[in-house]
Amino acid sequence: MKVILEQDKCVASGQCVVAAPAVFDQRDEDGIAVLLDPAPAAESAEDVRHAADVCPALAIQLTE
Amino acid sequence: MTETTSTAAQDTADLPEYPMTRAQGCPFDPPPTLAKQQQEGALAKVRLWDGSTPWLVTRYADQRALLADPRVSADVMRPGYPAGAPVRENTVSFILMDDPEHARLRRMVTARFAVKRIEAMRPRVQRIVDDFLDEMLAGPRPADLVTAFALPVPSLVICELLGVPYADHEFFQDNSKIIINRESGQERQLAALGRLTDYLDRLLGEKLDAPGEDLLSGLAERVDAGELSRREAAQMSVLLLIAGHETTANMIALGTLALLQNPDQLAELRDTEDPAVITGAVEELLRYLHITHDGRRRVALEEIDIAGEVIRPGEGIIFPNDIANRDPGAFPEPDRLDIHRDARHHVAFGFGAHQCLGQPLARMELQIAYATLLRRVPTLRLATEIERVPFKHDGAVYGVYELPVSW
Repeated sequence: MKVILEQDKCVASGQCVVAAPAVFDQRDEDGIAVLLDPAPAAESAEDVRHAADVCPALAIQLTE
Repeated sequence: MTETTSTAAQDTADLPEYPMTRAQGCPFDPPPTLAKQQQEGALAKVRLWDGSTPWLVTRYADQRALLADPRVSADVMRPGYPAGAPVRENTVSFILMDDPEHARLRRMVTARFAVKRIEAMRPRVQRIVDDFLDEMLAGPRPADLVTAFALPVPSLVICELLGVPYADHEFFQDNSKIIINRESGQERQLAALGRLTDYLDRLLGEKLDAPGEDLLSGLAERVDAGELSRREAAQMSVLLLIAGHETTANMIALGTLALLQNPDQLAELRDTEDPAVITGAVEELLRYLHITHDGRRRVALEEIDIAGEVIRPGEGIIFPNDIANRDPGAFPEPDRLDIHRDARHHVAFGFGAHQCLGQPLARMELQIAYATLLRRVPTLRLATEIERVPFKHDGAVYGVYELPVSW
């Protein structure tokens, strides 16, 4: 799985950090999401798919 | 010409009014007319207080698609915007603006609500919850859960986060109540908003002179640096103060009532040691109760084809997120409270660029409040009949005015 995060779209809701804390974090200065792992391991895949699904800004794209 | 006009007036007179009324005896369910329109599927039109007839979007998938669509605007000043009451330009906060203005202002406060910053507040919030419970348990029975617990907990938490003196809580709680009550009338609402704005403006002035670590001090610094006008800072502070205590307070009280009406699930939540059960239950209560029941409101910027209809530029659109959270296409058996279901994809915080920025705080407070209340007061019970509980049918935020409980 490959993850693309579009920070320009991010609205800092933090949903991705709750869903997949191993893959997403937030910047200290404004809470905008940061991608920790653009190619997460298989065991994180479900969490990452959930993160992409609940992102209110549609800022997370996945390719399998 | 006259005939056409009267026919059009006739047509709109037949449309259902929005907001709609809940069914008697179903205090947790959205209005039945909303459910009916969702079953019928296509977009519908409704009539507002001013005679305007915006679209109503009821299905979960349609709501998510449109709320995240850049062809849809949240700008309350745009012609066609389906406002719930007359709008005064100088009272508009960033939740009623579009990007880039909205993003510029929102990003000035989002750092404070980042998940890790909020998680770091957990011990302090636990302490606040315990202190108010100590006080309630030491007092007379029955107690009103709203005044003893549900309202003071989030009020004190948001005060500490913003840097607002809790000693002023009666002042800001009373004014917030006027602002979010549909029946207050515009004059009283604007007067209350003016009092709160002046109050926070004064506080910002104090923070400019003697800054602390709180959010208002952060905004005052930005005012000082010329990134933000004093007026914008005061309006943002009002928004955060109201949104920060009213919503969570109503969720605590209404959620407790919903659990008391579902004693098996209450018992499971009370007896669990698994934090995942608590976080899951909070998501389900957010979905099931959906207290912001006035609909998210937008206006179309371009022509949009959706659900077999065409929305034209300048037409208003209302998204009642409460009914989307009851869409069987997204949540099987949606009218059943089930703390074990996966409800995380609910839209109780909205969807799109304007989704609630305080949601990590709300979640954390609710997790601690429900779990601690049930653990420390295991015999908690409703001290009246549910028929006698006063629900906030007239509020922009739904909930209960009081909740007599005993133990």
